[in-house]
Amino acid sequence: MYAQEVKSTGEAVKSLKEMSPEERAFQEKIDAGVKIEPKDWMPEGYRKTLIRQISQHAHSEIVGELPEGNWITRAPTLERKAILLAKVQDEAGHGLYLYCAAETLGVSRDEMTEQLLSGKAKYSSIFNYPTLTWADIGAIGWLVDGAAIMNQVPLQRCSYGPYSRAMIRICKEESFHQRQGYAIMMQLMKGDAAQREMAQDALNRWWWPSLMMFGPSDADSVHSAQSMAWKIKQNTNDELRQKFVDQTVPQAEFIGLKIPDPDLKWNEEKGGYDFGEIDWNEFHEVLKGNGPCNKERMEARRKAWNDGAWFRDGLMAHAKKRAAKKIAAE
Amino acid sequence: MPNADSRELALRMGDNCLILAQRLGAWCGHAPALEEDIALANTALDLIGQTRLWLGLAGEMEGGKSADDLAFQRDARAFRNCLLVEQPNGDYAHTLVRQFLFDAWHAPMLTGLMKSADPRVAEIAAKSIKEVDYHLERSTDLVIRLGDGSEESHARMQSALDDFYPFAGELLTPDAVDEALAEAGLALDLQSVRSAWRSHVAATLQEATLTAPVDAPVRKGGKQGLHSEALGYVLAELQWMQRAYPGAEW
Ligand SMILES: [Fe+2]
Ligand SMILES: [Fe+2]
Repeated sequence: MYAQEVKSTGEAVKSLKEMSPEERAFQEKIDAGVKIEPKDWMPEGYRKTLIRQISQHAHSEIVGELPEGNWITRAPTLERKAILLAKVQDEAGHGLYLYCAAETLGVSRDEMTEQLLSGKAKYSSIFNYPTLTWADIGAIGWLVDGAAIMNQVPLQRCSYGPYSRAMIRICKEESFHQRQGYAIMMQLMKGDAAQREMAQDALNRWWWPSLMMFGPSDADSVHSAQSMAWKIKQNTNDELRQKFVDQTVPQAEFIGLKIPDPDLKWNEEKGGYDFGEIDWNEFHEVLKGNGPCNKERMEARRKAWNDGAWFRDGLMAHAKKRAAKKIAAE
Repeated sequence: MPNADSRELALRMGDNCLILAQRLGAWCGHAPALEEDIALANTALDLIGQTRLWLGLAGEMEGGKSADDLAFQRDARAFRNCLLVEQPNGDYAHTLVRQFLFDAWHAPMLTGLMKSADPRVAEIAAKSIKEVDYHLERSTDLVIRLGDGSEESHARMQSALDDFYPFAGELLTPDAVDEALAEAGLALDLQSVRSAWRSHVAATLQEATLTAPVDAPVRKGGKQGLHSEALGYVLAELQWMQRAYPGAEW
């Protein structure tokens, strides 16, 4: 869901009979649960889909630093500031592991960055919403990291080795983030009326965008079948969304928060909650670039990249000088 | 009375860490490379940890105030950080040079404080030194690579050095408090910190092909609470939540 709408091949999934011998051997490996490693043969579609998915995930980690970084200088206590700094540092680290995982598929980090900055590559829609109050930092940790975990836990079993291993490292940290975020909300709900209102307001604003993180509903999700056959996606969007709702509603109730959905109701028969319809129009608008902060997020990333050009060039120039000196000395 | 001096020392150390961390925290998500985002957040995190120790000690000596009380409830005139750390981030060269000039003081200062006659001070210094040695290693390396890098990186680093070098003098010039601290064996004589600073900075700048400004006037006042205008804005952001919601717990 940090990769919400990853385009796959756009073609129907081939049956084993329709495959070439190479493709068949590849699919059989996947079916047997054997990891695919960078040097192994892989279909071009698999490679491209993975690059799109992993880079979209990496970009989300990086852009995700912005709404949270927005509160580092204003965090209300030294301890909260330290926790937030550590979290944002983790997210940057996640971006780094993921770019490295994508690089094993033959794309460079600079190329991926260019794709992000040109608007060609996407990142999660969730980071296009503003962090207006301190409670938003709690809501992001609790809901956004919570939703991320839902998606990433199954990705630990992804067929592509480097992605799967990156996910194993990342998941440990994400669950810590989720707990820290919930702790912020819990503390607010123990506070005075203004603090409780701040918490409820944050939930009201972040709830629906969090549900959108899982991507379009299964009926409209055109790219899932091939990704599932390749085990780079393990559950459907709706399955994960349902799991997230079922997990999160009791957490909200436990601290006295109300989910902003009049249609939310426990359904005994399915053993889960029924919930209201997501505003898909909003979802598509945000993905198209028309969310509340799309422009600011991209401008901030472009500015960091452009302003930092001299820094990166300077380091390259130094490395070249050093190499030249070394050759001269030999 | 050593306790008053120890308290002043703890405030100076803690405020330097806090204000610099606050400056570094503003870079999050905006640094020129992902590795720099990570490194700056990490440095800021170390410095916040150290702030909690130093201001915790200062608060304890003030009759049971917490580190948070001191961080969030004092006004600018009560802050004891040097002027260098409150200077605006500027471009990334300024941020790096500020860090380097500070780290080059911070490491020998803590090394001296590890032998402080006040065991509480010695303990915090011993806890902090590993982190700060690493900060210094990193900032030194970047000063060298960017100073002796491209034409533009060299020019930017030199201009940052010209701007910030005058602020370093404050860290190295003893005032009455520093003298009393050295006298009581609570801190190292600043003269020896100064000679460690000078030799490290001179060697680094030489390798970086950068030149320290000659006869730069020393800009000081922060240690006595006479700050630049920049500090008020740093505190406005830092303290806003605590000021807007007095007494609330977070
Ligand atoms: Fe993450
Ligand atoms: Fe996270």
